[in-house]
Amino acid sequence: MRALPRLDSLNRDFWTGGEHGELRIMHCNDCDGYIHPPRPVCRHCLSENVSAKAVSGRGVIDTYTINHQAWHPKMEVPFVIARVALSDAPGVIITSNIIGCSVDDVDIGDEVSVVFEQQDDVFIPLFEKVK
Amino acid sequence: MTMRNEAFITGIGQSEIGRKLARHPLLLTVDAVKEALAEAGLSIEQIDGVSTYPGRVPQMLGFSPVGSDELIDALGIKAKWYAGGGEISSQLGAIVAAASAVRTGQARHVICYRTVYEAGAMANPAEYPMMRRDRVDGNSQWTAPFNALSAATWVAQYAMRHVKKYGLTREQLAQIALTDRANALLNPRALVREPLSMDEYLSARMVSDPLCLYDCDRHSDASTVLIVSAGDAIDEVRCTPVRIAAMAGSVDRHSWDQAEWMASYATGRDLWQRTDYTPADVDTVQLYDGFSFLALTWLEGLGFCEVGEGGKFIEGGSRIALDGELPLNTFGGQIAAGRLHGFGFAHEAVVQLRGLGGERQINGDPKVAIATSGGGPLATALLLARDA
Repeated sequence: MRALPRLDSLNRDFWTGGEHGELRIMHCNDCDGYIHPPRPVCRHCLSENVSAKAVSGRGVIDTYTINHQAWHPKMEVPFVIARVALSDAPGVIITSNIIGCSVDDVDIGDEVSVVFEQQDDVFIPLFEKVK
Repeated sequence: MTMRNEAFITGIGQSEIGRKLARHPLLLTVDAVKEALAEAGLSIEQIDGVSTYPGRVPQMLGFSPVGSDELIDALGIKAKWYAGGGEISSQLGAIVAAASAVRTGQARHVICYRTVYEAGAMANPAEYPMMRRDRVDGNSQWTAPFNALSAATWVAQYAMRHVKKYGLTREQLAQIALTDRANALLNPRALVREPLSMDEYLSARMVSDPLCLYDCDRHSDASTVLIVSAGDAIDEVRCTPVRIAAMAGSVDRHSWDQAEWMASYATGRDLWQRTDYTPADVDTVQLYDGFSFLALTWLEGLGFCEVGEGGKFIEGGSRIALDGELPLNTFGGQIAAGRLHGFGFAHEAVVQLRGLGGERQINGDPKVAIATSGGGPLATALLLARDA
C-alpha cells in the first residue's frame, strides 16, 4: 500500500491521467514550458494560460538510490527510488520507482518509460526500463 | 561599518542530550537558556527578543515541541521582536533573522533556540501523538506515494551522483562518521560515545544506497540556545563576543524532488562574496551532517575543495581530524552528538572560538569558524569571528 495524494484542482490531472494511459504535466500554452509541480501560473513566463498536457512518458534516470530500509512494517525492500527527467518536458523531474527489473540493473542515464499502478482513485506513475 | 552595527553571538547554552529523556522539552529549553544567560552574565530582563526554527509543529510535536510564544510566556520575557517558522533558509535561518533584528535596532539581546524531542515523543505517543491524514498533500505528495518517506532516500540520490560521476567511495564517505564518532568521545554531552572503526562502518547495513546506518543521525531530545546581541549592547555582556562576520542562505526549489542541485553550493559561494575573509582564514568548520554526505558537499560548496573532490579531500581523515588542518564537527556532529538540528554546529563554533572545548579544543588560537545548517534544497551558512 502506498501513501496517496489528496486530489485537488491542480494535481488531479497528474494523478488520474493514468486512467487514460497518459502522463499529464501542466503546460504553458504561451511559452510552451512545463510546470511541475502543477501550479496555476507558468514559472517560466508568469502566464496564467496553463493546462495539463499529455507527454510521452519517456524519460532518463537523473539519479537514484536503492532503498533498503523498511520505513513501515509492511514495506517490501529493497526497491529503487529514482529521479526521472522527462524527455519531452524539459526541466521536469519526477521522483518515482523503477520497477520490472533487478534493483542492481538500474543506472544513471538509463532510458525509462511510464507505467501506471492504480490504487483507489489514483494512478501512480512508475517507470520501467526501455528494453 | 562600525562594530555598533554588527551582530554578535554572546551566551550559549545546551541542555542534556539524550534519548527518551523524562524532562519536559520546555524545561530542556529552560536549562539551555539558563546556561546561556549565565555565560553572558545577562538576566532574563535584558532579553527582548526570541527566535526559533521551525516554531511549534502541532502535527509533529516531537520535531518541534516548544513555540517561541510559549517560551516568551514561560520566562516572562517582554519581547520587542520574535520569530519562529519553518519557511526560512533552514535551521540557522533563525539566527540570521535575529542578527538582522539586532542590526536594525529592533532588539538588543535575542534568545535563539532549537529544541528537539523526537525520541521522547516516540516513546510517549499519548502525549505526543503523530497527526496523520488519510492522504498526503503539499511537497510530500511528490515523494510519499513512491515510498521515498525519509530524507535519507532524498539525500542518497544526490550522493549516488557523486558515486557515479566523481567516484566517491564508501571508504571516503566513512570519514565523516568516523571523525564525528572520534570527536564525540571527547565531548561529555555527546549522545554516542563509542568509537567507530572502518570495518564496522563498511559492514553496517545499508539504509538507502550509498548511505548506511552510520551515515545518518539519530533522533534525540535536547535544546540548544545561542544569544544574539547587538553591537551597541555588547558592553552589557561578560563572555567573549563572537562576531557574525557574514551570513548566507538560499532556496531555489523547496521540494527535494525538484531541487536540481544542493543549496549548499549557492550558499557557500554567496558567503564569500560578503566578506574579506577567505577559506584559508578558517580555523574550524562545523558542517551540517544530518546525513554524512551533506557535510561533504558543504566542504565543496564553501570552496575548501573543488566540486566532486570532497571524497578525496577527506580521504584518510587526517585533514578533518581534531589535529588536522581543518577540524570538522569537533563536538561529534549530529551523527554522534545527537540530532540537535542545526544549532549544534553554531554552538560548537562558538565553543571552539572561545577556547572552551576542553579535551576536544583544537590547537592554536582559533579566530574564524564556519557553521552551517541544511544543505539539501535549503541552506544557511554563518561565518563567525573572534576579534579579541
